[in-house]
Amino acid sequence: MSAVSNTVRAPAIEASGLTKTYKTGDTAVEAVKGIDLRVEAGQTYGFLGPNGAGKSTTIEMLCTIRNPSGGVARVAGFDVVRQRDQVRRRIGLVFQQQTLDLQLTAEQNLRFHADLYGLSRAEGERRISEVLEMVALADRRSDVVSRFSGGMKRRLEIARGLVHAPQVLFLDEPTIGLDPQTRAAIWDYLHDLRRTTEITVFVTTHYMDEAEHCERIAIMDHGEIVVEDTPEALKSSVGTDRIALRTDDDELAIARIRERLGVEAGIHEDQVTLAVPDGAQVVPRLFTELGVGIRAVTVTRPSLDDVFLTYTGRTIRDSEGPQKSLPPFAGRR
Amino acid sequence: MTSRDTADRQLGFRASEEALPEVRNDMSHQLRATWVVTRRELLRFKQDKARMVTMLLQPLLFIFVMGTGLGSIVDTGGGTSFRTFLFPGVLATSVLFTAAFAGISLVWDREFGFLREMMVAPISRASIIWGKCLGGAVVATGQSLVLLALAGTVGIPYSPPLLLGLIGCLFLGALLLTALGVLLSTRIKTIQAAMPVSQLLIMPMMFLSGSLFPITNLPAWLAVLTRLNPLTYVVQPMRHLVLQHLSLTPAEQQRLVPVITWFGWEVPVGFQLFAVAVITLGLVTLAARIFRTTE
Repeated sequence: MSAVSNTVRAPAIEASGLTKTYKTGDTAVEAVKGIDLRVEAGQTYGFLGPNGAGKSTTIEMLCTIRNPSGGVARVAGFDVVRQRDQVRRRIGLVFQQQTLDLQLTAEQNLRFHADLYGLSRAEGERRISEVLEMVALADRRSDVVSRFSGGMKRRLEIARGLVHAPQVLFLDEPTIGLDPQTRAAIWDYLHDLRRTTEITVFVTTHYMDEAEHCERIAIMDHGEIVVEDTPEALKSSVGTDRIALRTDDDELAIARIRERLGVEAGIHEDQVTLAVPDGAQVVPRLFTELGVGIRAVTVTRPSLDDVFLTYTGRTIRDSEGPQKSLPPFAGRR
Repeated sequence: MTSRDTADRQLGFRASEEALPEVRNDMSHQLRATWVVTRRELLRFKQDKARMVTMLLQPLLFIFVMGTGLGSIVDTGGGTSFRTFLFPGVLATSVLFTAAFAGISLVWDREFGFLREMMVAPISRASIIWGKCLGGAVVATGQSLVLLALAGTVGIPYSPPLLLGLIGCLFLGALLLTALGVLLSTRIKTIQAAMPVSQLLIMPMMFLSGSLFPITNLPAWLAVLTRLNPLTYVVQPMRHLVLQHLSLTPAEQQRLVPVITWFGWEVPVGFQLFAVAVITLGLVTLAARIFRTTE
């Protein structure tokens, strides 16, 4: 390794042993259990996990909103506790809940932000025009934000997070509650951003399809990072197809699958689910050997859902609590 | 950990140590932040037409309806009408309402998320609190200027020193009330609680400040309560100023010009205002401290 490689940029986010413990009465709950994290500058990094996994607490510690109970974290090269303001100037934040002043115009909201982050008048003006252009809100700049749709507000918030040209942009569930079209548009903006700047994007999501947009992802569960890699590597590490069945007798089906195929199946989202190396070859055997009425079969190539299932033992929807069961055939992806 | 990792880390650490002094004690940035938060209050007020109209109409109700009504039963002991006497009190009351609500609006900021935008900015909590207080005080004072413009209708001369003195007192009073409102909102977390609690604060302060009646010759218990109310020390200096600029008969002087005594000591007007300033400063500091530890 030559000396020159030592000048490689420091990682955008770096954490070791990061811990957060909440005390409620006499019981202490460890929300984040000593995680290590390393996000290279310029990466788009996805942070996945069910609600209550500790994602939000982690992001809040990295954004200097909460102090860690233990461990250290550095963002943009600065310590999140001792150098709070330096970190704050270098990060942009987009929260799950909206944080705009609805009584003010889009421009006034952005100007407030530019001023708080110490931009000069001219620089602020230039950046405000740029970011409004980027999220296609330039023609609405003098409109009061209360008249904006949910998607427009979200775009404006992303624009605001970028006004002070941060090195790292944190987005906590940026597409939650938005329609698919707006979700796609928001990812388009983020891709544009990655193409045109060197910004690091740290995004939490529980939409697995969105995680595909990231260069690396980490899956968090019960306060720990259970796995971390590129989406492709994670999918190939699972290496199996997933078969989902709707049967007349799930218990019996699971028992027969164990007996005849030597595969352990489980029930996820009201379907009997099993992982096998080659799904297409197994399906005919299921029909001939199970002796249980099969109403629907789905075979899926490994997706990030399966990665999630493999590493956390449940699908991301399982982990968000009971949901209304889907009618037969509607569960196909 | 590889040697390259270690090298990167060291590089990162060194770079950041060099940059450390960058924002420490950056007073001008904090002052600017305060101004930015202040300006937001002004912009919001400008944008909110309904609030503007309501807040302007309310004092008119006080001075013309209540003043005229009460004036018919109150004997001021001579030529000075009750409306003239009441005027400084009404000015203070109008400021009291606007300022206290401006302060309590921090609860709304929290509820609607905007507080978070301020909390994560590279500014101190004190800047947010000061900005909020100054903004509310400026809006409240600005609004009372409309009422002040009507001074002539109740027989008060438009003398520049008088008007400037009144504006100064109004601003101080507005700051006091906004600070109280902000202090309350560091503790109150729901909008539902904010309204009744602020009413509970505003009403007694209004009645016990002597804004609506002379505070000389009050029964002892009432006299004690008025002397404990900081707003008294805003209303009485204003009344003092106004009455100074009128030609009063000795009997009227005796009855109307407020004299506040603490255990027999006649408190000078300047000292009263000084006391209000000290209390205000204390409230803002306290609010900033609570805010820093709880938000």
